[in-house]
Amino acid sequence: MSYLYSKKTLVILGFVILLVMPFVLAPFNLNLLGRFLAYAILALGIGVLWGYAGILSLGHGIFFGFGAYAMAMYLTLQSGGIPDFMGWNGITELPWFWAIFSNPIVAIVLAIAVPMLFAGILGYFTFRNRITGVYFTILTQALVIVVTTLIISQQQYTGGTNGITGFDTIFGYSLNSVTTQQMIYWTTVIFLGLVFLICYKLVNSRFGKVLIAIRDGENRTRFLGYNTSVYQVIVYSFSAGVAGLAGMLFVLQVGIITPSMMGIVPSIEMVLWVAIGGRGTLIGPVIGALITNGASTWFSQTYPDAWLFFIGLVFVLVVVFMPKGIMGIIATIQARRRAKKYGKDRKEETKLYNSSSI
Amino acid sequence: MKKYKWGIALFSAAFILSACATGEEAADTGFGEASAGEDEQSESAEDNEEVVVDEDSIPVGLLHSLSGTMAISETSVRDAVMLAIDEINEDGGVLGKEIVPIVEDGASDEPVFSERASKLLQQDDVAAIFGTWTSASRQAVLPVVEEHNGLLFYPVQYEGMESSPNIFYNGAAPNQQIVPAVEWLFDNVGDSFFLLGSDYVFPRTANQIIQAQLDDLGGEVVREEYTPMGHTDYNTIISHIRDTDPDVIFNTLNGDSNVAFFNQLADAGITSDDVTVLSVSVAEEEIRGIGAEVLEGHLASWNYYQTTDTPENETFVSNFKEAYGEDRVTGDPIEAAYFMVYLWAQAVEEAGSTETDAVREAAAGITFDAPNGPVEIDGDNQHVYKTVRIGEVQSDGQFEEVWNSGEPVKPDPFLENYDWAEAIQ
Amino acid sequence: MSSVAMQIFNGISLGSVLLLVAMGLAITFGLMRVINMAHGDLIMIGAYVTYLMQVIFVQYIPEQFFDWYFILAIPVAFIIVAGIGMLLEFTVIRHLYGRPLDSLLATFGAGLILQQLIRTIFGAPNVGVQSPSFLQGSLEIFGLYLPFSRLFMIGLVIVCLGGLFIYLYRTRQGRRVRAVMQNREMATCMGISSRKVDSLTFAMGAGFAGVAGCTLTLIGPIGPTIGLNYIVDAFMVVVVGGVGALTGTVIGALGIGVFNTFFEYWTNASMGKVLIFALIIAFLQWRPSGLFSMKTRSLD
Repeated sequence: MSYLYSKKTLVILGFVILLVMPFVLAPFNLNLLGRFLAYAILALGIGVLWGYAGILSLGHGIFFGFGAYAMAMYLTLQSGGIPDFMGWNGITELPWFWAIFSNPIVAIVLAIAVPMLFAGILGYFTFRNRITGVYFTILTQALVIVVTTLIISQQQYTGGTNGITGFDTIFGYSLNSVTTQQMIYWTTVIFLGLVFLICYKLVNSRFGKVLIAIRDGENRTRFLGYNTSVYQVIVYSFSAGVAGLAGMLFVLQVGIITPSMMGIVPSIEMVLWVAIGGRGTLIGPVIGALITNGASTWFSQTYPDAWLFFIGLVFVLVVVFMPKGIMGIIATIQARRRAKKYGKDRKEETKLYNSSSI
Repeated sequence: MKKYKWGIALFSAAFILSACATGEEAADTGFGEASAGEDEQSESAEDNEEVVVDEDSIPVGLLHSLSGTMAISETSVRDAVMLAIDEINEDGGVLGKEIVPIVEDGASDEPVFSERASKLLQQDDVAAIFGTWTSASRQAVLPVVEEHNGLLFYPVQYEGMESSPNIFYNGAAPNQQIVPAVEWLFDNVGDSFFLLGSDYVFPRTANQIIQAQLDDLGGEVVREEYTPMGHTDYNTIISHIRDTDPDVIFNTLNGDSNVAFFNQLADAGITSDDVTVLSVSVAEEEIRGIGAEVLEGHLASWNYYQTTDTPENETFVSNFKEAYGEDRVTGDPIEAAYFMVYLWAQAVEEAGSTETDAVREAAAGITFDAPNGPVEIDGDNQHVYKTVRIGEVQSDGQFEEVWNSGEPVKPDPFLENYDWAEAIQ
Repeated sequence: MSSVAMQIFNGISLGSVLLLVAMGLAITFGLMRVINMAHGDLIMIGAYVTYLMQVIFVQYIPEQFFDWYFILAIPVAFIIVAGIGMLLEFTVIRHLYGRPLDSLLATFGAGLILQQLIRTIFGAPNVGVQSPSFLQGSLEIFGLYLPFSRLFMIGLVIVCLGGLFIYLYRTRQGRRVRAVMQNREMATCMGISSRKVDSLTFAMGAGFAGVAGCTLTLIGPIGPTIGLNYIVDAFMVVVVGGVGALTGTVIGALGIGVFNTFFEYWTNASMGKVLIFALIIAFLQWRPSGLFSMKTRSLD
């Protein structure tokens, strides 16, 4: 247990490896990795919400989408003029809710603040009315339908199903140049680190303990005198803000955002990344997002006709037989090793181990 | 003690990094501790590579949705491109080299389209990409091909208002499908139009064009309705149709919704004798999903039908059926996907290289005897001259042509030659 | 006036579609607390079974009996899809009782597999089914046009509901089902095999999805991904109606159907959809557990 092998060091090592990737990977692969890291940020937000507070939202696609749209709107505006699709639809003047996005700072702030506010308001009513568990999950699906249908039907303002695309500069630099992409990649890695740190502080604070208490027994926590809905609203809003941030970073690397990326199916897939990585941990969601996306990219390239079989099977197997995901497997292997070494009761060890919280 | 956990966590992270890198050539896998675990993948990637890098071959990309909602339409288009490539290869290939198709799945998801397009251009270094179907996926690929100066051949009719130097548009522009259809309907059927479409860009733009054109002709739009994607209940729409009693329903619904609409229209007892429906997204393949009996007598506007009477088409249909099964049908986008490969091949022969700028220059004015008749690439906007045909659905699910434009129509994606379209440009 | 009457009929007919789609879910979700995201895909398989029946009839049965394919397809779809449901229960769901959110994710994966399976067997393009001749056209009454297919669906829903009601409330087996769903431990103590009950109940829920799929071929498309069109609507019906109460499901379906039709008639299809889902969200704030819910004293 020398200092070298401590948890912290290894997380930092991982972080450093990510930081040096631009010197190792070809631009295309770097872009792909950067995109997955944006997903990883999103997964962290969902991981805290679901893994620690026990709230399963199938509507994080819209928060992610909002962040992405905010950034895309800014990028479109600074490329000059009003967007093409407005012209086709006979709109000649920029509506006010577009105009405010022409300022980068406003755009960035709104990309995070609006999802937080929206989630806060919705959460306030929903959790106060004690809609939790399955009902909350289904309600978030209804929300997804409302938002995506609205975006599609208001295409004169939103670009409809085509979404927003075709911007090529940021702060005067070409979005497609290798240097800019590297800068964006590093920004993404740094934000991932920051979000990870915030999440770490959050779940290991008193606040985090209450969240876990709510997850494991909401009514009991309430009877102990905690106002559980306040905690739920805050964590839901936090998670939405993280999703907005992720969306913003995503659009910088992908260059397009459309309503189909906010729909029901992507929203479920986001949750599955967390499930595969391991819920109730913070490393889990990050690894889950990277592995799942990497694997589906690789599989769908290699076996384009059959990869749905595989990915579907993985989803089923992980959820049914490995509810703690990859992190759970790792913990089990470790416990087994330890048991071998010290001859201790394996089960108890595992249990103890799983309650550690990173 | 905890080192194993983190070691393994790191290892899997590294593994995933390498997974990003495999399937392509790049990745001089520089992260030491992980490289052992991924040997297998790298090897398979190299297998791919060998075919591509070969001096006697030209790689091209095929980028269509093979999974997700759009797989319904796009798999057949991919089949048609493959057929054309096989035929050209049998005749000795292009520039004496074999064309090697690299198939990618766009998964009905726009970011995937853009990602795969850059993979094809950056890693596989393809000479051209044949693919995409929806406007959203084409626009997702557009910035990528422009950035890397690649070529995209697009096989589907669309809403116009676009002309990228890196895209060749082989489907109909609005003036090769919608405008002549409206004119024909106005002259032969009636002057009150009901506009029905799915809620996305093509129908909305199409309906704006129709509105402007009807204003000019002196016709009338009695109602305009849009339904969300995947909408399956058309009772309310049918009530509106009864209330407004139009002469023509101009239908721009997309594939899936057509099934619900036509079935329910027939159930409501409204036949082609009561009101004529003209569709612009219903081809032979869609008819099989809808059922010919409910469509019989309704119209469609395209540039090609399986029944189009040219010698080239006879060969095309029989080759297509031979390759993919007697029960398969062709159709307009399938035919466009087929001839666009030939157009590209001719342009490459003409240019003597697969280099984008040379091919683009050589492509202007290239002609080909396609199954639908002669086609020609318009150098100004990179669309294709095509003959417009209006067909009536028969009980066997095939079309009978009731009108055609007689000669290929010059593509005009921005409707510059129509005075009434000023407001739309 | 007649247009209002027409819209009421349209609303009821949409409600009957929703009810058909949601009935299986009302059983699996309402009674068993399993969130079966593969429900939509089971509906899709029901539709493909119908298509297969039609193909078989066209090939092997004399033409004058063609219309019977549809009548025969209903029970066949029920049995085949129930079988698939039983298999699903045995392999996946069985491990997930008491973990409703996990069941959602696992069945989503199972749904992907089913979709790809169908795509591999039948190909990606849609397939078409010809409605039997006795269901084509419509009944004209007081200036209203009531399509036979819609009337048939309303009738079928009533029959299914009746059958389900009798099964649950008038048979020994149904009593066992209710006992297990209300208090699993107690029921097991009384000697009921909860394994068997779970398996049968889930199979039945799946079977109704098959019937729904079969019927939906009359009005909608048949393709590998049609399940998505229906699954969310079905959940809304069950949640609005209240979990565990058939009456609630019926009223939920009709309510959503009628409201949706009127919203759509007054505005347009997209806005109608937005409004109805917004209304559902607002409604759940008011009645978090739906219109009817089982009174229980248990707390987590």
